[in-house]
Amino acid sequence: MAENKITLEMVKHVARLAHLQLSDVEQERLRADMDQMLGYVDKLNELDTSKVPPTAQVGEAGTPMRPDEVSNPSAQEAMLANAPAAERGYFKVPKIIE
Amino acid sequence: MATINREKYEAVIGLEIHTHLLTKSKMFCGCSTEFGGVPNDHTCPICTAMPGALPVLNQHVIEIAVRAGLAAHCEVAPYSIFDRKSYFYPDLPKGYQISQYGTPVCKGGYIDLPPDKNGAPHRVRLVRIHLEEDAGKNIHEGGHSLVDLNRSGVPLLEIVSEPDIRSGAEAAAYVQEMRAILRYIDASDGRMEEGSLRCDCNVSVRPRGHKEFGVKTEIKNLNSFRFVEKAIEYEIDRQIDILESGGKITQETHLWDPVREVTRAMRSKEYANDYRYFPEPDLPPLIVPPDLVEAIRGEMPELPADRRARYIREFGLTPYEADVLTAEREVSDYFEATLSGLKNRKTAANWVMTEVLRIVRESGKSLAEAVPAPTEVGALLIMIEDLKISLNAAKTAFATMVKSGKSAEGTVAELGLAQVSDEGAIAEAIDRILAAETEKVNEYRAGRDKLFGFFVGQAMKAMGGKANPKVINDLLRKKLSG
Repeated sequence: MAENKITLEMVKHVARLAHLQLSDVEQERLRADMDQMLGYVDKLNELDTSKVPPTAQVGEAGTPMRPDEVSNPSAQEAMLANAPAAERGYFKVPKIIE
Repeated sequence: MATINREKYEAVIGLEIHTHLLTKSKMFCGCSTEFGGVPNDHTCPICTAMPGALPVLNQHVIEIAVRAGLAAHCEVAPYSIFDRKSYFYPDLPKGYQISQYGTPVCKGGYIDLPPDKNGAPHRVRLVRIHLEEDAGKNIHEGGHSLVDLNRSGVPLLEIVSEPDIRSGAEAAAYVQEMRAILRYIDASDGRMEEGSLRCDCNVSVRPRGHKEFGVKTEIKNLNSFRFVEKAIEYEIDRQIDILESGGKITQETHLWDPVREVTRAMRSKEYANDYRYFPEPDLPPLIVPPDLVEAIRGEMPELPADRRARYIREFGLTPYEADVLTAEREVSDYFEATLSGLKNRKTAANWVMTEVLRIVRESGKSLAEAVPAPTEVGALLIMIEDLKISLNAAKTAFATMVKSGKSAEGTVAELGLAQVSDEGAIAEAIDRILAAETEKVNEYRAGRDKLFGFFVGQAMKAMGGKANPKVINDLLRKKLSG
């Protein structure tokens, strides 16, 4: 591999977007991992796909749809059963700071 | 702020309208979309992002999107894909929102606003209309936040306009018209106070005559016409003020503070626009077959702009009257339901605009709850037209009907409001009066025109106040001249 496609700056940027706190060691390890993944994509880029339409999906054509009906029962209790913290029917999470 | 030199500058405004769609169930699961309710009651593994849960598209969402596209003269895309828009916030359990990025379901298009005070028409072009799901709701309190996911996965349309708008008033008119259209086509209930229709405004200013756009700011989450207008006007002044004092506009997101009536910058999120869109692998491309589009086109209701034009053309209403009557679909439908058997549409228009809307306003209730059925109002209007009751008597009858809920005919009979148009009876009364008042008759014939009113009053009194004034006038004129 010639030069690094993924820089440490990029890793820090993505980590910030994902609200992740990474140590210096982790940052460098992730940088190397992501760089390797892009190297793999580079391999795919060797194919000439200029005449192939972009593929968003490889499944069958057409959109499976469902009728507009309410089919789910009331779920408050069940949905909160596994929540680490709940209060008055809400999920309780650490304070969100704008 | 000092006096603002508005003349030197031109504002350039584009709007993004988000509206909830009138579906029973959510976009990708069978949970209810009902507003409010017990927190987290309308949730399931799909809209709370449990591992392995897969979305299945609600068919009605597509029908509504196509209706909106046709109503706004868009090109409906036969093929579009859903994308993931990634950001991290507790009200978005998947860590991404299913949206559309490169391939919106509708492209281009426009809507025409009602002519302004000077009668100038105004067309606002659209960039696109795309589908996306809503997020949940956070409540911040004390040392923690609470999350309700009832709204998570509720279907939304985002309607993006071109920057064709030049003032806060125009922006408000645009939102009003778009809301009316969405309500006419049953796409949205348009309840802005409940957040089911909200608006982001992109505002910039440039020296008049310049082609390039200035730096824009975005005002988020406006949920009334008045806020849209005020927030934009405030923002235009703020930007001009900065430029005039030699400063520079910073591209940032603002929030409108409706209490202090100012916009203020949100804490800048420098990375906020890095959403890393990519195609949603859990959903196949959205195919909208042409025959579906044609079937929906065939069932499109009449739109507000068409109704306005028809009222002016066929009913002889003024643009203002047509505007008031078509702004809300219920009012327009009510007005039309009063027309059966009536010759003069103008009477009905006036009646609905003044009497009916006044009662609705004063009662604070919905149209259907506040006033008698439109057919009963129609019956009352026909009685006026046939000179069976006077306008004042009709108003009395209407006020009673609002309270009693009884029929027009029954109420008029009960209150004894029917007026006498029987020419024989009225002629008899007039003959009696003229015979008794020979002196005044002679004075009148000698030129004291003012006495005419005296004779009308006497005749009306003789008829117990219930005679048709037009018949009295006509008969008196005939008899006094002869």
